Amino acid sequence: MSNDNASSKQKVTTTDEFIKGLWRDNPVFVQVLGMCPVLAVSNTAENALAMGLATAFVLLMSNILVSLLRNFVPKQVRIASYILIIATFVTVTDYAIQAISVELHKSLGAFISLIVVNCLILSRAEAFASKNTVWKSIFDALGMGLGFTFALFCLGAVREILGNGSIFNIALFPDGFQSWIVMILPAGGFFTLAIWLLIINGIETRKTKS
Amino acid sequence: MNTESLGTIFLNACLVNNFVLAYFLGICPFLGVSGKMETATKMGGAVMFVMLISSMCAYGIHAFLISIGAPFLQLISYIVVIASTVQLVEMFIKKISPVLFRSLGIFLPLITTNCAILGVALFQTNKDYGFLESIIYALGAGAGFTLALVLIAGLREQLDFADVPKVSKGTALTLFIAGILSLCFMGFAGLGA
Repeated sequence: MSNDNASSKQKVTTTDEFIKGLWRDNPVFVQVLGMCPVLAVSNTAENALAMGLATAFVLLMSNILVSLLRNFVPKQVRIASYILIIATFVTVTDYAIQAISVELHKSLGAFISLIVVNCLILSRAEAFASKNTVWKSIFDALGMGLGFTFALFCLGAVREILGNGSIFNIALFPDGFQSWIVMILPAGGFFTLAIWLLIINGIETRKTKS
Repeated sequence: MNTESLGTIFLNACLVNNFVLAYFLGICPFLGVSGKMETATKMGGAVMFVMLISSMCAYGIHAFLISIGAPFLQLISYIVVIASTVQLVEMFIKKISPVLFRSLGIFLPLITTNCAILGVALFQTNKDYGFLESIIYALGAGAGFTLALVLIAGLREQLDFADVPKVSKGTALTLFIAGILSLCFMGFAGLGA
């Protein structure tokens, strides 16, 4: 009986770790982490999705490894070793994407390499994986990674629909549609993210009021 | 080899393709330490210095890695160089000005994960810049970063007294200003080309 209880408790906490990344502690909308790729490659839904998944993969692998090594890495050199771990997996991802689709690799450009300096990954390694078991870290990484992908997709979809009149390269509007060029330009990224933050802030304040 | 003149490279990196407002690199410190003018200028200076050093090292490392035929080590070695430069700057600032050290806070070690710096190193490699060109490129990028940071800090200092809806306080408002600034910087397009 007690054994049963313990396992169900374990289950609750792991799903909780998973859920928190999706909404309550969403890395982009709530924690405002990892902004650079969010703004830079969210000009189309496809780019956004690819970038999100690549980041989620690196996050998952580095979380696993950091968590496995958490008792062996001396405290003084931990940040440096985390960055080395992350850099290794980013290099792997970079070459993998190049092998899968050269076109995608071209449109994401240097931003794949720049996953290394995504503060989200380092902050999860430092704040979570270095203190928790492998199992929990996996769920944390999955939740955060998917939350990040979800946020990127929200931005990418809005920007592509308004700026290009299409989604996943499928045209949505009749020929007369005048696309909002500004949405694809850098400025559009700032505006779209600002509006999403406004919406989410609004929802949260309404929730706390009622 | 590249045929752009040094002045063009500088203008391109600083204004036309401003690292913050056109490439979205270094957004975290851009949002984080742009609340006060004074910290913003000093942060800009620190970033510029790290950029310059790491860009010079990146040039050497790239040449070395190509000669031993191991370009896949590029990313890892760049990040190690940047991390150690940041460590150096951190110790330097701590010694010279403890006040500044405290006001920069967590954002000082976080220069390591400032994408603008790794971005400079990667872009200069992609563009095949020579040694002198790399230095100019890094200087331009650093100047552009500082410019954007100072501009937004000035605007935010003014905005503290503005009466805005409660929901939009904080990051959302800063992002709106950044968007408008980015639109302004588009006016520079064609300047360097």
